[in-house]
Amino acid sequence: MADPSATAVPHGPEVTKRDFLLLVTLSGAVVGAGAIAWPLIDSMNPSKDVLALSSVEADLTPITEGMGITIVWQGKPIFVRHRTPAEIKEAQDVTLSELIDPTDGLDKERVKPGKEQWIILIGICTHLGCVPLGNKPSDPRGEWGGWFCPCHGSQYDTAGRVRHGPAPLNLALPPYEFETDTKIKVG
Amino acid sequence: MAGMTKSEFANPVINWIDTRLPIFTMMQKEYGVFPTPKNFNYFWNFGALAMVNLVIMIITGIFLAMNYQPNTELAFSSIQHIMRDVNYGWLIRYVHQNGGSMFFIVTYIHIFRGLYYGSYKYPRELLWILGVVILIIMMATAFMGYVLPWGQMSYWGATVITNLFSAFPIVGPKIVTLLWGGFSVDNPTLNRFFSLHYLLPFVLVGVVFLHVAALHITGSNNPLGIDVKSPQDTLPFHPYYTVKDSVGICVFLAVWAAFVCFYPNVLGDPNNFIPANPLQTPADIVPEWYFLPYYAILRSVPNKLLGVCMMFGSLIVLFVVPWLDTSPVRSLRFRPLMRPLIFVWVAAVIVLGICGAHKPEGIWVILSRVATVWYFLHFLVIMPLLGKLERPLPLPESISHPVLGPRGGGPLPGGAPAKPMEKA
Repeated sequence: MADPSATAVPHGPEVTKRDFLLLVTLSGAVVGAGAIAWPLIDSMNPSKDVLALSSVEADLTPITEGMGITIVWQGKPIFVRHRTPAEIKEAQDVTLSELIDPTDGLDKERVKPGKEQWIILIGICTHLGCVPLGNKPSDPRGEWGGWFCPCHGSQYDTAGRVRHGPAPLNLALPPYEFETDTKIKVG
Repeated sequence: MAGMTKSEFANPVINWIDTRLPIFTMMQKEYGVFPTPKNFNYFWNFGALAMVNLVIMIITGIFLAMNYQPNTELAFSSIQHIMRDVNYGWLIRYVHQNGGSMFFIVTYIHIFRGLYYGSYKYPRELLWILGVVILIIMMATAFMGYVLPWGQMSYWGATVITNLFSAFPIVGPKIVTLLWGGFSVDNPTLNRFFSLHYLLPFVLVGVVFLHVAALHITGSNNPLGIDVKSPQDTLPFHPYYTVKDSVGICVFLAVWAAFVCFYPNVLGDPNNFIPANPLQTPADIVPEWYFLPYYAILRSVPNKLLGVCMMFGSLIVLFVVPWLDTSPVRSLRFRPLMRPLIFVWVAAVIVLGICGAHKPEGIWVILSRVATVWYFLHFLVIMPLLGKLERPLPLPESISHPVLGPRGGGPLPGGAPAKPMEKA
């Protein structure tokens, strides 16, 4: 298109009317192409029905002390674990300086006040996205008694904080609230 | 053949690539300076329009396929999901759905252009044959695409069309079972139709490439139907025809957009809003508008096998049109008898289309029979005979010096002959 031999228009250093027309045409085409491309790209974003699946509820009564369950929220595993008093104590006694990731590092920042026995986490290892083991007491829970990721050996404590790499961050906390003492709503 | 190209591009990156893979030199040769007859009218836009249409269909189709479920349980609701939940899904789907009709509109006009101006004649026979291949693949693709929404018309269209093959003796029922992958149109059928509907457009791209490659060997025909005799008869493709095609593309996209935005379902059938029910055939079963003429031919013949053969024959006959037409004159402008007769043939096709949309009873049967006979009469009798009987008008000496007369040379680009044409 830029080849001058095709159009036989004399090109000098001065800006010609044809340069202007070419620029206007090209910009029009680019804006048009962008306007056409956007609906196509946006169609790959989450659709309305996916966005509508924003919350799930879970009943806590069947979870005995020391047990955990996994529920699904937005396609992700959510760990709901009923901690024993010993595990709570262990989690609360940790100081920030011992942690790899001190963000939300205190145990009280990771549970709801008065519900210290319930730790609720997004069960996705912050290394490369595997689901760590440890909800069942028979699972390997690692040296810190929380969760152990089978993929690359990351270990989390009973508050879901990373204590042994390669994972760089603590397990993420989902938004949730207690609807009653025995029922939570995630999302 | 080995050896690097001597590239003339100034841009060092383009030059570096072009030296090793001369695509820029090729584009410049085929679409930049390509010598093109200077007397094209707007009928010569429709090849480019069809190409644009194919590209848009492939792009929208890829995004639709990301959300579509080729499963009888899910297909219908996945279309509703696209229409209601997916961001801009309604837009992408309506562009694709109406794009099918737009594709046939431009292709049919493109074919008419070829028939009217004798574009199928020596040396463009193979070009024409490739075009008929494109038409047939396109029809198969459109048919299978129409099945995917799994509405009532989808299902019963699939049933009727696949059952066409049962007309063939002995192997017919075996072929139908093979097409279905079962004993009725069902999930395996839907799955394979989806697979082929995704595949065939890319086959089309390949055949279109051959079609265009063949065109660039013979060069384009033109409204006068006479050969290019000197560089004075041509213009470089760019900017003259890139701009002319762009004008056509703008109008074409505006019409398409009008359908999408204001009449998205006017070309569809309301029965396809009802999910497929294998136990109940809709009261009025008709194909999409672009298949109606063939459908009318099928129904006009009271014998099953003969009807199917006539229907396929109406397409097959197009392959041999270059040899059926015995006239050495290409453009119908210079064929005073054939010129009105091509419009009679077009009228017959339109009558067939109207007949195809009505129940086959009373006047519609008679009309469709008359029109079917005329369809074949035109190709098999009129074309060979008229070429020998007709006395054509005198042909212009060249594109630049048309004979005088009311429609002697057609409109010419103003001032073009005055330009120095040393590049072409």
